[in-house]
Amino acid sequence: MFYLILESTRSALTSIFAHGLRSFLTTLGIVIGVASVIAVVSLTQGMSAFIDESFSSLGSNSLTIESYTPFSEAIRGARARLTPDDLELIERRGEGIASITPILPASRMTQIRYGAQSTFSQIMGTTYAYRDVAQAYVQSGRFIATSDNQTRRRVAVIGETIRDDLGLPSNPVNEYFEISGEWFKVIGLLETKGDFVGFDQDDIALIPYATMRSLIGNRYQPDIQIQLSLSDEANVEDVKRQLTALLRNAHDLGPGDGNDFTIRTPEQLLDTFDTIIGTVTLVVGGIVSISLLVGGIGIMNIMLVSVTERTREIGICKAIGAKRHHILAQFLIEAVLLSLLGGLIGLALGFGLGAAISSAIESFPPASIPFWAITLALGFSGFVGILFGILPAAKAANLDPIDALRYE
Amino acid sequence: MALIRLTGINRHYQMGSQLVRALDGIDVEIERNEYVAFVGSSGSGKSTFLNILGCLDRPTSGQYFLNGSHVEAMDHNELAEIRNREIGFIFQSFNLLPRANALGNVMQPLVYRRTGYRQRREMATEALRRVGLGDRMGHLPNELSGGQRQRVAIARALVTRPSIVLADEPTGNLDSHTSTEIMQLFDELHGEGQTLILVTHERDIARHCQRVIELQDGRIFRDRSMNAAEMH
Repeated sequence: MFYLILESTRSALTSIFAHGLRSFLTTLGIVIGVASVIAVVSLTQGMSAFIDESFSSLGSNSLTIESYTPFSEAIRGARARLTPDDLELIERRGEGIASITPILPASRMTQIRYGAQSTFSQIMGTTYAYRDVAQAYVQSGRFIATSDNQTRRRVAVIGETIRDDLGLPSNPVNEYFEISGEWFKVIGLLETKGDFVGFDQDDIALIPYATMRSLIGNRYQPDIQIQLSLSDEANVEDVKRQLTALLRNAHDLGPGDGNDFTIRTPEQLLDTFDTIIGTVTLVVGGIVSISLLVGGIGIMNIMLVSVTERTREIGICKAIGAKRHHILAQFLIEAVLLSLLGGLIGLALGFGLGAAISSAIESFPPASIPFWAITLALGFSGFVGILFGILPAAKAANLDPIDALRYE
Repeated sequence: MALIRLTGINRHYQMGSQLVRALDGIDVEIERNEYVAFVGSSGSGKSTFLNILGCLDRPTSGQYFLNGSHVEAMDHNELAEIRNREIGFIFQSFNLLPRANALGNVMQPLVYRRTGYRQRREMATEALRRVGLGDRMGHLPNELSGGQRQRVAIARALVTRPSIVLADEPTGNLDSHTSTEIMQLFDELHGEGQTLILVTHERDIARHCQRVIELQDGRIFRDRSMNAAEMH
């Protein structure tokens, strides 16, 4: 068996390289198919690896609680909310919490003005605890302090993007700017975090939670988000269960009612991203496998031509003692090698393409090919070779030696 | 015991509504180291006979006994094995593999009997030297003259040490000078103990042989041994 494969490979390589250009054109379908699969997979995998990394930097032991209104409720005008009372309750009764902070986002993008410059940005009211929960550290100045909240000070910590957009000096501390007509003093500049799947994490301004509440006006119970980080010994699931029970009780939910809030962990978000990327990979993979199919038909076509062309040779081989399986193996292995070769070229090309795209688009994560994609690409092209090589090979093997020898 | 014994060999084809009797009751025995020519005009059944003798085709009826085996009952793969082991083919149009060089062509039959590369190479080199092409081993068939190509084909036939060498019009595509050279080579091989069977329509070629069998309409018309005076 090994001898047969070795000898057939030897003669197959001879005949592939004897018609170099034709072999290349034959396998071009496979090359293109595999190249596009690998390009897409390497990009999405690079993306996915990047997201994993970003999440681990966020810290996996943080939870976000938000109000949640089911769609059926929302169309009736009902609106669930998470209130400062809930925050207080969790602060008092929650277990396994290291630090906790409310986040009160401005309801829409808000205009910020500095001199003649202005920009729109996301403004959030929060407390000193946000720094630990969200791992948002300042590179200059200081973070929001407890006293800022107690006295509703008009101070802000800003991200690099805002500093840049407003044309603030590179150390913007002690500068003043205007948010919706109110003057704020910049007290700190956050460390740059970069893009996170298309969101600029540096386009952010933080102000004290109490200041935000007074700015929004006299609405007594605004809808807030609560972010908390767990203490080292706490278990995420236990904490989630306990908080769920607390909030359900506080919101007077009966046993049949659904939660009017959600507790999210970074893992859940991560899972969502992974699902999306997986679906994209699958869909593109499906489309591309059609091109592999077409490539396979191309190989079959040329192999059939090649069998006809080499009819006499087949006759000679049979006359000097080739059995059916010798001829079958020779042509089958030729088809498989042809498509494997295409697979290899496609692999290199696809990886090059992925790397080129990821380096051409700034802020796009570098491409990476997982081992399974290589195995799959080569396995699939080998399979295509067998699938579409078997018919021509069988045709060759079944030729009658006398007819084949007589063939002109 | 004869090397080859054919008894009552028939080969019939159905052509439309007509039954063609290409071979019609052939009985012949050939001994080891005989040098036999089958002659006959076209349509005499020569080619059909050669195909059956060469185990490329099976008789419709009759028995074919070759070097101890009953060939008529064999399937395709067994016939391939017999062709590889017992028969060395030489064709009018040489029938070399165009993409393999002389050495590769001569090594090819050994591939089908699973000989290792190094031994294959050794045996092929020896066979090529025997036919006087020791210095042309790396050439492709289209870089060789007709006579040289036929020598490569002869080397390919000899390399497996077959019990019979079967030559179909071996000089049909060669000029008279080269033909003589090739026939001298055959004579030498016969002198070394090789069993040779030629199929030809040229009297000059047949004259080299000890025994000439004439076919006509699928039957043996005449079977005679040449005496020394008639030869050459």
